[in-house]
Amino acid sequence: MSTTISENLKSEVKNLNFYYGDVHVLKNNNLPIARRKVTALIGPSGCGKTTFLRCFNRMHDLYPHNRYEGEIILYPDGINIISPKIDPIEIRMQISMVFQKPNPFPKSIYENVAYGLRVRGINKRHILDEKVEKSLRGAALWDEVKDRLHKPAFDLSGGQQQRLCIARALATDPRILLFDEPTSALDPTATSKIEELIIELKKEVTIIIVTHNMQQAARVSDYTAFMYIGELIEFGKTDMIFTAPAQKLTEEYITGRFG
Amino acid sequence: MEDIKKRIRYNKRWNYLFMIIGLLSTMVGLILLCALMIDLAMDGGPRLSYKFLTSFPSRFPDEAGILSAWVGSFLVLLVTALAAIPLGIAAGIYLEEYGRKNWLTNIIEINIANLAGVPSIVYGLLALGLFVYFLKFGESILTGGLTLALLILPMVIMATREAIRAIPNSIREASYALGATKWQTVQWHIIPYSTGGILTGIIIGLSRAIGETAPIITVGALTFIAFLPTSPLSAEFPFISFKWLMDPFTVMPIQMFNWVSRPQKEFQLNAAAAGIILMVMTLLMNGLAIYIRYRFRKKIKW
Repeated sequence: MSTTISENLKSEVKNLNFYYGDVHVLKNNNLPIARRKVTALIGPSGCGKTTFLRCFNRMHDLYPHNRYEGEIILYPDGINIISPKIDPIEIRMQISMVFQKPNPFPKSIYENVAYGLRVRGINKRHILDEKVEKSLRGAALWDEVKDRLHKPAFDLSGGQQQRLCIARALATDPRILLFDEPTSALDPTATSKIEELIIELKKEVTIIIVTHNMQQAARVSDYTAFMYIGELIEFGKTDMIFTAPAQKLTEEYITGRFG
Repeated sequence: MEDIKKRIRYNKRWNYLFMIIGLLSTMVGLILLCALMIDLAMDGGPRLSYKFLTSFPSRFPDEAGILSAWVGSFLVLLVTALAAIPLGIAAGIYLEEYGRKNWLTNIIEINIANLAGVPSIVYGLLALGLFVYFLKFGESILTGGLTLALLILPMVIMATREAIRAIPNSIREASYALGATKWQTVQWHIIPYSTGGILTGIIIGLSRAIGETAPIITVGALTFIAFLPTSPLSAEFPFISFKWLMDPFTVMPIQMFNWVSRPQKEFQLNAAAAGIILMVMTLLMNGLAIYIRYRFRKKIKW
């Protein structure tokens, strides 16, 4: 399987293994992440794609008995994201995440977006105002909420809440944006809005998205990786994966024979 | 068809029967409480007056009041709150957010659950040894307050933990994913979102503490006090004094106990009047707890 691409790389996964206690969840995975492109991770439930994604911002460090092996190199500085010597907080400051279910804080819309900046000690009103507006515009939510920035985020609809979470993730100018099945809790209209947004966002930021919706992967991504039981079966340009997969397993999955 | 209708009528009969039994069971508690209140009000009501609140106890029942008792209750409760709230919240946060789940935290957990069930007199004995004799705080407001703090500490810890546990994990992950430390997450999310539950627990704890008699008697509160503790404010430098902490004291339930144990009928009436005030205090505190819980539930829905 080819895992080299002729792109400017933002990150590169090399021989990644991951263990929950004694359970070997990810097995020897290799994957290049192209700069300012969308890379989709697809595969049946339980194949480890979310686990894979959560290695990129060290979310597994929050829970005991988790162990990484191998490397995830972040370019251009070439640091190894999963090295125990690197503070996970340092990684999370640079790599943002949008979760499966919208999870805004029970605070105002404004405070939700400003939170990442406050964590970094930024409290000056004019800087926050500016960043909040820019992020909400970036998440295509500004026009809908500009008159009620100080109203509770819970008053927004599900799709708006998810775009708010995207704005929250954008506010800190991340180098990579991780999406973990961002539309699985949303209706079709809200879903297509988020998809348009992802395509728009890749002009500025590198994106990795986990999805179990193959049409979504085909619509939004430039590269696709197919995973099966902890292994990366096939990786390539999205149109190649969906039109001419090299592996039989990939073909069976994308034609809906299992999953 | 007739058979089915008959069957339904039969089934419903049991339904009605239980409804009546349930209603009667509910009424037993309510009616008893009302009867108690009315009885107290009839006995003690006529004794209630401004003078009753502002007079010291006296050997003449008509002149006796609860000034030293309610001031004592207030100050003891103040010490209790100042000691139990920070300790209980800090311990609860530690156990939920910081402590790793292992055999040690399991043992601590079981212990705290058990402490909540320890009879209050046992706390009195512990406090007598620890605060009165070992730390030499004497039979003071400080000792009384700390004793009651021990008593409600497990309640505050458990209320804190329960309130924290109600916060979905997705909120924590959202905070950590933005690069927050554990303390930033606790400070900006865990504490604010659990405040309602924690406050409710604290107030219910305090409303239990205000009625406690046994441990306070054990540590040596006096039953007859005709003076007030040293004022916390003074005219000379440094203006604030903590001498009151070391003063002897009495509290509302002890004052009641003192009056009830006297043979004269007039003192019984005084006890009933003090009982009304104690009950009103407790009901107000519980009402406040319910209101706070309601307000916070309305504000944050997960």
